[in-house]
Amino acid sequence: MKPVLLWTDGLVFLLLLAMATAVYLSGRNLQMRQQWREVFRSRLGMAAAIIVAAYLGVAVLDSLHFRPALAPTPALTGPAGNSAEIHYSPRVLSVLDLFFGELNDPTEKSYSRPFAAFAFSQESLTGPDGELVRAYPRLAYGGRHLEDPSKHLPADLLLKSLGAVGLGAGTGLAFAVVVAGLGWFFTRGRRTSWRRYMTELWRESSGLSWKTALFTFIGVCVTLAWLYQLSRWYHVFGTDKVGGDVLYHTVKSIRTGVLIGLLTTLVMLPLAITMGVSAGYFGGLIDDIIQYIYTTLNSIPGVLLIAAAVLILQVYMNNHPELFETEAARSDLRLLFLCIILGVTSWTGLCRMLRAETLKLRSLDYVEAARAFGVGNAVLLARHILPNVTHIVLISIALDFSGLVLAEAVLSYVGVGVDPSMPSWGNMINSARLELAREPAVWWPLAAAFVFMFILVLAANLYADVVRDAFDPRAALKK
Amino acid sequence: MMQETILDIHDLTIAFDQEEVLKNVDLSIRRGEFFALVGESGSGKSITALAVMRLLPEEARVRGGRVTFRDSELLGLPEWRMRHIRGRKIAMIFQEPMTSLNPVISVGEQIAEVMIRHGQAGRRGARGRVTELLDSVGIPEPEARIDWFPHQLSGGQKQRIMIAMALACEPDFLIADEPTTALDVTIQAQVLELLKKIQRERDLTVLLITHDLAVVAETADRLAVLREGRILETQEAATFFARPEHPYSKLLLEAVPRPGVYRQPPATPRPLLDIRDLKVHFPIKKGLLQRQVGAIKAVDGVDLAIPEGETLALVGESGSGKSTVGRAVLRLLDVTAGTIRFGERDITTMGRGPMHRVRQELQIIFQDPYSSMNPRMLVNDIIREGMESLGVGESKADREERVVALLKQVGLVPEHRRRYPHEFSGGQRQRICIARVLAVSPRLIVCDEPTSALDVSVRAQILDLLGELQERLRLSYLFITHDLSVVSVLAHRVAVMQQGKIVEQGPVRTVLETPEHPYTRTLLAAVPRIP
Repeated sequence: MKPVLLWTDGLVFLLLLAMATAVYLSGRNLQMRQQWREVFRSRLGMAAAIIVAAYLGVAVLDSLHFRPALAPTPALTGPAGNSAEIHYSPRVLSVLDLFFGELNDPTEKSYSRPFAAFAFSQESLTGPDGELVRAYPRLAYGGRHLEDPSKHLPADLLLKSLGAVGLGAGTGLAFAVVVAGLGWFFTRGRRTSWRRYMTELWRESSGLSWKTALFTFIGVCVTLAWLYQLSRWYHVFGTDKVGGDVLYHTVKSIRTGVLIGLLTTLVMLPLAITMGVSAGYFGGLIDDIIQYIYTTLNSIPGVLLIAAAVLILQVYMNNHPELFETEAARSDLRLLFLCIILGVTSWTGLCRMLRAETLKLRSLDYVEAARAFGVGNAVLLARHILPNVTHIVLISIALDFSGLVLAEAVLSYVGVGVDPSMPSWGNMINSARLELAREPAVWWPLAAAFVFMFILVLAANLYADVVRDAFDPRAALKK
Repeated sequence: MMQETILDIHDLTIAFDQEEVLKNVDLSIRRGEFFALVGESGSGKSITALAVMRLLPEEARVRGGRVTFRDSELLGLPEWRMRHIRGRKIAMIFQEPMTSLNPVISVGEQIAEVMIRHGQAGRRGARGRVTELLDSVGIPEPEARIDWFPHQLSGGQKQRIMIAMALACEPDFLIADEPTTALDVTIQAQVLELLKKIQRERDLTVLLITHDLAVVAETADRLAVLREGRILETQEAATFFARPEHPYSKLLLEAVPRPGVYRQPPATPRPLLDIRDLKVHFPIKKGLLQRQVGAIKAVDGVDLAIPEGETLALVGESGSGKSTVGRAVLRLLDVTAGTIRFGERDITTMGRGPMHRVRQELQIIFQDPYSSMNPRMLVNDIIREGMESLGVGESKADREERVVALLKQVGLVPEHRRRYPHEFSGGQRQRICIARVLAVSPRLIVCDEPTSALDVSVRAQILDLLGELQERLRLSYLFITHDLSVVSVLAHRVAVMQQGKIVEQGPVRTVLETPEHPYTRTLLAAVPRIP
């Protein structure tokens, strides 16, 4: 097994590191800590954060890539039987793929309904007597353990579901107890007893919504366990045109969606912050130049600019196939490039807001006072301007995230999004165009993509609302 | 002569969540009188007015009590009947004339709309009535100005329009909530006079809400003092100013500075700050290429000198350029022409490096204690900032010690340094600002309206603190203010500024008692006084 670090993987881990640092730094600042507590005091905020975290977790699992070693065959090792050299598969897998095992590859011939044991369309089969009949063939994977699916399938489904729900709830509870136990262990010097600690947690006397956290966590565990357990025996969301498992496809799409949401922010933030703050603070010529840049950028239709950039990259990649060792590296570069170009086209909104806020802050008395003390520009920006615009940055990150996930879907639908070989909700929706036109309609790939994307975007939006309420000084005034 | 009661507030209690902002308030206002409700910020005076108009914010809950206007109990009226009373019977004028008018509709139309809405006039007849009304509130050329838009009028004229609008339906009762606070002294005098005149002519009842006892003394027949939601004293105005009963009323009256005692300048001829022919012009740029087409002459040839240990009060109305002088002295603005000498050095065009050393001796205190401190910094860091930047104090421990000493010096306790600015009241914040400036041991402090955002009682304390510090540390102040009443407390010399120029300058007694320039006389005459 050979680990592979794709470009976007590296950036994901960099981003996680940055988030951890940000959490640590804001933990040291009393005011920030209070505002974050405010976020997690709200039940909605806590639940939404846990759901978003679950998605993030899947994306991180899916970002640990490797290439499995190939079993030595005469063709690879050569006639001499020299087996010292290990050869690796050209296919890049992730840790997430290990969970799905054989579902990584198409298992069926074509479409099949969710939880079906038979294919979606009829085929000519050889009957028991040797004559040809038109019938629905059994699936190779879905429900293959059943002797007579038409009789046993509902009961089997119910039984397996109950087992999975029990397993999920048990795991969730056990995990929660372990976490609470660790918390007690590390703070035991300050507490009298384990029992009292647990009652305090249960009554939420610290103000944070632990109960909501517990229920959401168990809910997430149960859903995941159910989906996973049943996917061992059935195609939970059916199969697509080439017989691939739709559930596997949607889960793989999570990484694409989350990455576009996060990496674009990473590209956009430095641009927006430096440009916006310096335009507002320095004014004059610098302000004019920056304003001209973003007005120009803003007046080019975004989709056209993105399409042009992606097509240029496409041509470049086609002319230089030697640069990419694997198919994954190729589609990964396209994803990264899409993030960059989305970032470059979407920083203007935040930049405008930051410029306006800085203009306002610059004329405030405390900035004047600092200038009267001879405080230099760099220190002044870092100490007086940046901390007072953080709320805008935080709010816009949270709000933009869901918008970017949707943008990916739209762009892939138009055909200038991620590589067609990369699983993504946009690609799934794009192919649904033809599937829905069939009679009877093949609705499940679209439904699966919709449900997964909807939950992520809804959770991210709700979370953004809570963050805005906690950090926006104007919202605080209204209370 | 005992008149009938027109408005009776009985045992009114109003709460926001759990906090009671009005506690068992009793007030009865007689027909035709000019009644003043006096209180400092947060005393609940505006809430009282809003309760009468039934315009309370959503979070407010009436816990108990009655508001009776003539024969109707206002708090129990259905909204559609209240709408007949609001505007037609009881009208209200607000503090900010700038934001109370719709900027895209002409003033005449805005007034006419009120009349038509209440059925006082038809579309046709309205114009004539509005012209009459504008004339009666003292708008010159009412036939032409009826079609003007709010931005074409001055602040005082806008407040007159607001009064005209309130009078449009000939109400019996007029509530004026701080109607002159946002206006300059001379305009304040005119607006108060107008209110008084209208009240007499139309037999109106006026409820004036204000924090300024001097304004009350000029206008009111009776008054009530409100503090923390309670009425402390209701009294005839004449009796109140002669013999206030409640200790808090006495305190309020004493806090108002009275002229008569002036400070004598110490004999130090050599000026510490010497400003010669200072000009600060702001370019007006227009068009795509930002070509300069003219200049606003904010400061246009100012000469000032402040000796060590002395206070020069720079007095002027808004827009006179007095704050610009203050900022130019600190080189926070670019000087167009003239020289500023500080001590031995000419700092007019001094570079960043040398200026950095001067900044330690030259500091500024701002007007608004709410915006002059970074809300995300601890008091400790706020006070230390200047010391760190200018290299005052040898070590971190040394600076920490100094912060503690400074907080004590300005009347706060050392524990306060671990708090954020929003945890303090306005007066305390201003003390922190003073501590921050003192931290670098300056020789001259520019005080830009340091007391005008504060309540009367707090204002006196801050002025005392500034005076005491001056004695002890031999500080010089350039005290910028629009409020002539505070001038006599702190100033040794006074300079009066009008439209970017100094019109009169001299020792405080001379300027205040025998003013020469007509503008100074107008200013002084406009200041409301307590008998």
